[in-house]
Amino acid sequence: MNTSTLLLQLFQNLLVLLAAPLLLGWVNNCRSWMQGRSAAGIFQPYRNLSKLFQKNAVLANNASPLFRFTPYLLFVSMWLAAAMVPVVAVDLPLSAAVDVIALVGIFALARVFIALAAMDIGTSFGTLGARREMLISFLAEPALLMVLFIASMIAHSTSLTTIAETFAHKQFVIYPSLAFAGIAFIMVLLAENARIPVDNPSTHLELTMIHEAMILEYSARHLALIEWASAIKLFAYITIGFALFLPWGIAEAGDWGALPLALAILIPKLAAAGFGLALLESVSAKLRIFRAPEYLGTAFLLAVLGILTLNLLKV
Amino acid sequence: MTLAQQLINLFAALLLLISFAMLAQRRVLTLINLFAWQGLILAISAAVVAWTSHQHHLYYSAGLTLLLKVLVLPWLLHRLIRKLDIKWDVETLINIPTTMLIGIVMVVFAFNLALPISALSATVTKGTLGIALACVLLSFMMMITRRKAVPQVIGFLAMENGLFFAATSATYGMPMVVELGIALDVLVGTFIFGIFFFHIRETFDSLDIKHMEKLKED
Repeated sequence: MNTSTLLLQLFQNLLVLLAAPLLLGWVNNCRSWMQGRSAAGIFQPYRNLSKLFQKNAVLANNASPLFRFTPYLLFVSMWLAAAMVPVVAVDLPLSAAVDVIALVGIFALARVFIALAAMDIGTSFGTLGARREMLISFLAEPALLMVLFIASMIAHSTSLTTIAETFAHKQFVIYPSLAFAGIAFIMVLLAENARIPVDNPSTHLELTMIHEAMILEYSARHLALIEWASAIKLFAYITIGFALFLPWGIAEAGDWGALPLALAILIPKLAAAGFGLALLESVSAKLRIFRAPEYLGTAFLLAVLGILTLNLLKV
Repeated sequence: MTLAQQLINLFAALLLLISFAMLAQRRVLTLINLFAWQGLILAISAAVVAWTSHQHHLYYSAGLTLLLKVLVLPWLLHRLIRKLDIKWDVETLINIPTTMLIGIVMVVFAFNLALPISALSATVTKGTLGIALACVLLSFMMMITRRKAVPQVIGFLAMENGLFFAATSATYGMPMVVELGIALDVLVGTFIFGIFFFHIRETFDSLDIKHMEKLKED
């Protein structure tokens, strides 16, 4: 580890921190256009965040320290997760320290704490949201792991940077198993980020909400941190998708000259991914909560099929 | 590995994916569309195999597949369900997640079964034999688990697709005469099934084949 890679890491940390709300704003904007509403502008998440940061936090009387501590933990763990994903360059000191399994572990840690905090106050909504979240995530996690294992088996490494580097610089080969993995990954991404087939991020309808039900008791800076963390989580998931399935254009190790080009390629990729996400959300209807296990079971099944075809075809 | 081989592998994987999608599908209309997509991918992959192996008769098979399984049969089925006025009622005997899990087990079984067979084969496409076999088994299971007549027929047609793909991948297709015969059989079969549907419905007021288990009226 030297200064240049450290600088790169710092640059990436700032990038994910600042670009994540922009991506969220872009997705919301696209969704507004597709649904025939006038958009709020892609900078709306920043305005929301600054508004929330200026307000005074209100806490329930029986809130424990866990409740106050969770937004910070959530924010930091999402930031850490996003910092480990190779976004513009593969030469990241943090990324070498942990692999994809640890990455899934970090997401799980954040999830456990938000669920605990949701139950901490003792409102029925919080408990309901926490239970649903656990139902969704315990089905989504194996599917995500299977997807990551497919990529790891092809790249012979569980380190995300190595996977991205292998895919980006190897001779182009069509992997049918990655097609399965890609579909499964998109399904998991939608479920884990509280997107439409499983959860609706823009509703407070009590019967359907999952993520919103958990954070109902939060306000002001706590809420701002949680919303920011959600935006970073979406950004992290999308960039994991890029690292696994579309790694072209990422800067090689020690190649500083390629960095502007990598950034220039990243922006249209993110814009396209955000547009696609909004499109998927606009054309699909929300599933009944009891259909969600079937949906995630399908994602798991596709990932398993991917591993099976990988073993059969040896590519 | 050549590009054509990679493409064939990709199409094989897509066929497997569509087989699973058909297994999970609840609507008859989407089922027919999926069947048409399966035929299209089959035709393209047959054309790619023909192109790499210089087997000219496979071009005719691909053309025949395109004509019959992408255009004529889906059109016939669409017309049928419009006349019978059914769009939604796919009922399964066991629930869909369980079906999918059994499907996975069948895929594992088919892959292991195909490994020694494909070792004997000398074609470029031998790796895909396991997938073809899995498609056949999955369609077979779709026929078993569906209660209504129309999805069962679609399962039958999808099974024929899987068999065609197996033949293409194991031995570069069957002789032309056999293929023409099968194609004609499938076409005529669909016509007869269509007539049967109307008769079944006229007699029992539904397309549920469990009514046919009773041999005499009481």
